[in-house]
Amino acid sequence: MNSKYLKWILFLAALLVLLVVSVLFSLSAGEIKVSLMQLPQILSDTGSIEYTVLSKIRVPRILMAIGVGGALSLSGVVLQGIYRNPLVEPYTLGISGGAALGVAIAIVFGLNTLSFFSLPAFGFLGALVTLIVVYLLSIKRGGLSINSMLLIGVMVSFVSSSAMMFLMSISTTENLHNIVFWVMGSLDESNNSLIAIAFYSSLAGLVISYFFAQTLNALRLGEVKARHLGINTGVAIKLLFFVASLLTGIAVSVAGVIGFVGLVIPHLIRLIIGNDYRILLAGSFLGGAIFLILSDTIARTIISPNELPIGVITGFVGGLVFIIVLSRSKSHFKLN
Amino acid sequence: MEQFFQITNFSCGYPGKFLLKEVSFNVAKGDFVGIIGPNGSGKTTLFRGISGELPPLKGKMELKGLDTRKMNLKQRAQNIAIVTQNIEIGSMTVEEYVLMGRIPYHKQFQFFETKEDFAIAEKYMKLTGVDKLKGKYMNALSGGEQQLAGIARALTQEPDLLLLDEPTSHLDITHQVQTLNLIRRLSRELGLTVLMIIHDLNLAGEYCDSLIMMQEGHIRKKGLPVEVLNYADIEAVYETVVVVRTNPISNKPVVFLVSEEVIEKS
Repeated sequence: MNSKYLKWILFLAALLVLLVVSVLFSLSAGEIKVSLMQLPQILSDTGSIEYTVLSKIRVPRILMAIGVGGALSLSGVVLQGIYRNPLVEPYTLGISGGAALGVAIAIVFGLNTLSFFSLPAFGFLGALVTLIVVYLLSIKRGGLSINSMLLIGVMVSFVSSSAMMFLMSISTTENLHNIVFWVMGSLDESNNSLIAIAFYSSLAGLVISYFFAQTLNALRLGEVKARHLGINTGVAIKLLFFVASLLTGIAVSVAGVIGFVGLVIPHLIRLIIGNDYRILLAGSFLGGAIFLILSDTIARTIISPNELPIGVITGFVGGLVFIIVLSRSKSHFKLN
Repeated sequence: MEQFFQITNFSCGYPGKFLLKEVSFNVAKGDFVGIIGPNGSGKTTLFRGISGELPPLKGKMELKGLDTRKMNLKQRAQNIAIVTQNIEIGSMTVEEYVLMGRIPYHKQFQFFETKEDFAIAEKYMKLTGVDKLKGKYMNALSGGEQQLAGIARALTQEPDLLLLDEPTSHLDITHQVQTLNLIRRLSRELGLTVLMIIHDLNLAGEYCDSLIMMQEGHIRKKGLPVEVLNYADIEAVYETVVVVRTNPISNKPVVFLVSEEVIEKS
């Protein structure tokens, strides 16, 4: 087997081991300590407090962390591939802002009470509408100007955050509380269907993005050169945008605004294993999942019995790791 | 002579704005053709038309008797490879970069290169001499090495027609000669048909089998270097005074520039 592929397999295996370790750590840590040695016994005793804590709180949160962390990180890496810009992520493009606005509209107008599915649907709609606006505004001579999309994305992000502030200022105290709580981000979700949506849609996003792994690789040479290699870049980019906005929309609508995942994790994975999207997509997904499981475990244990917003942990840890790694790394740290 | 690549009354550009006007020429298999002309004369537009980047507004283009408009992007990439002026540099190794030339041959949803892909990439890395650099990062190579890696990537596409956009523009004379010797050898040994945009008229005259001289979106002159590189056409197209002589060793035309000061004194 080619040594590159072998390296990839070892890397994925290491990430999977890390994922299992983080899951076990997250299962055991908390106000009620759960000994891993006793895990089989606890699982068989469905009446115990430990069983309830695991099945009602920790396992759902772990599944949310995998779904949301994987989705945000994957969305970041896909967008970076399309834009050939390492600073792009759902936030810098305004997609998260759009999703946030969609959810805020749903809360303020009471649409969230219609169905458990309303919030993700509005989140996705917000993300998609933002993306279409960014896309339509930046079409130039029939082609996409990547720089203008980026700038327009930042502006759209400002507009949607202003619109959100407007909604917050006219909303009732209860709605305001809902929006603020949601903006701070949390993996605490009581609806199992929403957890399942977040989990399975992120896995679906991973599978779909793999169909475009070589397209993203060809895009490393630029759009025109990717076309010279026989890639229909126009169609591929549109589909990838759709996947990225779906992932972001659902992640943001179920867990609120959790920053930094889409930026930091893909960068760390790039530093370790390189820029080939065939490994980068799965690596970023797993890395995002691990990062969010650990962040959430810290968020709910560090000031126990109270809980920190997870965005505080991801922003703090992620930003710090990012600065340290970047300042130490001098070699080939470049996106393409 | 077999007409391998044929362009007939080909116009392209944007609706209402023709950048290339009814261009026609034929190229035989294995020919090494230089495209010359001043900036803005339509050389790059011609390449963009051939590569399919700009859709034809008029006329047709046939490769091996097949209408290129009927080729899909993959078929086009299997038949026509392009080396642009600026090789994209990034943090990918030379081998990774060259292997990208196999993407047009990958089946839908094929994630990994086959043994054959590796063998073909290896073959062309050896042929271009970049096999020694295959573990190096593209952004760590010199301009000349990058250009060679670019040619290796294009050859890995196993095309019938190779388009080169000013492959020697950033190179010193050692690397200019090295690159052009390689291209010439490739066209001879592999029967590869090469169209090359080149600004240096002396290199064009020395290396190319024939030349196409562009002016304002159309072909002013085409033929053997000795027919195209004459002072009347060069002076008219470039609006520059030149003297054309013959290289005593190769018998190819050589163009000398004459400065304004010297012209005034004479």
